[in-house]
Amino acid sequence: MSNPYEVLGVAASASGDDIQKAYRKLAKKLHPDLNPGDKSAEDKFKQVAGAYDLLSNPEKRRRYDTGEIDETGAERPQQQYYRDYAGSDPGHYSSNAGFADFAAGDDPFAELFRRSAQARANRRGQDLHYRLSVSFVESITGGSQRITLPAGGTLDVTIPAGVVDGQSLRLKGKGAPGAGKGGPGDAYIEIEVRSDPRFLRNGDDITIDVPISLREAVLGGKIRVPTPTGDVTMTVPANSNSGSTLRLKGKGAPRLGGGRGDQFVKLRIVLPKPADPELIQFVSTWEAGKNFNPREALR
Amino acid sequence: MIDLDEFLSHSGIELHSLEQWIDREWLLGERRSTTIVLTDMDAARARLIHDLKRDFGVNDEGVDIVLHLVDQLHGLRQVLAQMRTETQAARRRDIRRSRGRKPGPILAPRRRS
Repeated sequence: MSNPYEVLGVAASASGDDIQKAYRKLAKKLHPDLNPGDKSAEDKFKQVAGAYDLLSNPEKRRRYDTGEIDETGAERPQQQYYRDYAGSDPGHYSSNAGFADFAAGDDPFAELFRRSAQARANRRGQDLHYRLSVSFVESITGGSQRITLPAGGTLDVTIPAGVVDGQSLRLKGKGAPGAGKGGPGDAYIEIEVRSDPRFLRNGDDITIDVPISLREAVLGGKIRVPTPTGDVTMTVPANSNSGSTLRLKGKGAPRLGGGRGDQFVKLRIVLPKPADPELIQFVSTWEAGKNFNPREALR
Repeated sequence: MIDLDEFLSHSGIELHSLEQWIDREWLLGERRSTTIVLTDMDAARARLIHDLKRDFGVNDEGVDIVLHLVDQLHGLRQVLAQMRTETQAARRRDIRRSRGRKPGPILAPRRRS
């Protein structure tokens, strides 16, 4: 940005009132929303607005005059103007009052004006957006929830099985009412999946850490394992290690094209607490255990 | 939808101003018990109203007129954009049609007797 006094066209000795007058005069000409078709208006307006930001604040002006800050110290952040949206406005705000009389007649332009007016009279209702929090289990099994809308009324939402965090559900016709034959907009429900301390989802598969006793690890046995669709019994093979992973086929999340992912069960050996004297006694006299080095591979 | 608190703190617009602007039908945002729901377009329009009132010194009656004219301008711009699209499409159709046509016979100049 160049010298802010030059940008606004005022003398360095100009009063606050003069600066405001100069700014208003320029800004009225250059505001992007009052010049929707002029691409350069935004840059020019930003310069003028930046200069005004700097000079309208006595403290900033003093610091600029004394050279403490330069003219870029007052630049405004990037802004979206109304004109950036109004071009694709389906008739919420934009109006045909300025050219409705052109719609009479049988030339192609009149036809175009008529279609435009009809589109406005029959505009579709606005889409409405909501957020819905579901439990991890519900995100896998699916379900239904009735949500109370902030503006009153309720909405029944069917949660599809396998829905993921951040996914948006579209409820056709459940948005704001439209005008004429426009029909209502849609409601979009953004799903937030609450985490579950037991389960972790990885694509269509689910992982769970399952503690097992030393006895179950050494001798094997049947254990109950929770899955989102209910507990199942699974067999831990004898001589299972901590960290080894077993697979429960088809117990994961539903797949898009059919079928289901798997649930992976990661075993974690948990020793009794407080330590068992009998176990200590056995392990300290266990000869084979003394010579077994599980870190052989790390050498 | 925009985050209303973030929008208010960035734009310097007060909540009660937004409520008044919705009541005056300058904005289509939805008023709810404790908050207002605005789309990105509503928020940009609110900034325009804020600029008009705060920076340009336009009074409420003036804002009514400015918005009415701005809305007509955008309505007209949309029709112009549509007109341009349809004219371009028609021109492309004409070019395709003329390329597909066989060239006409070349006429020999008539000899003078």
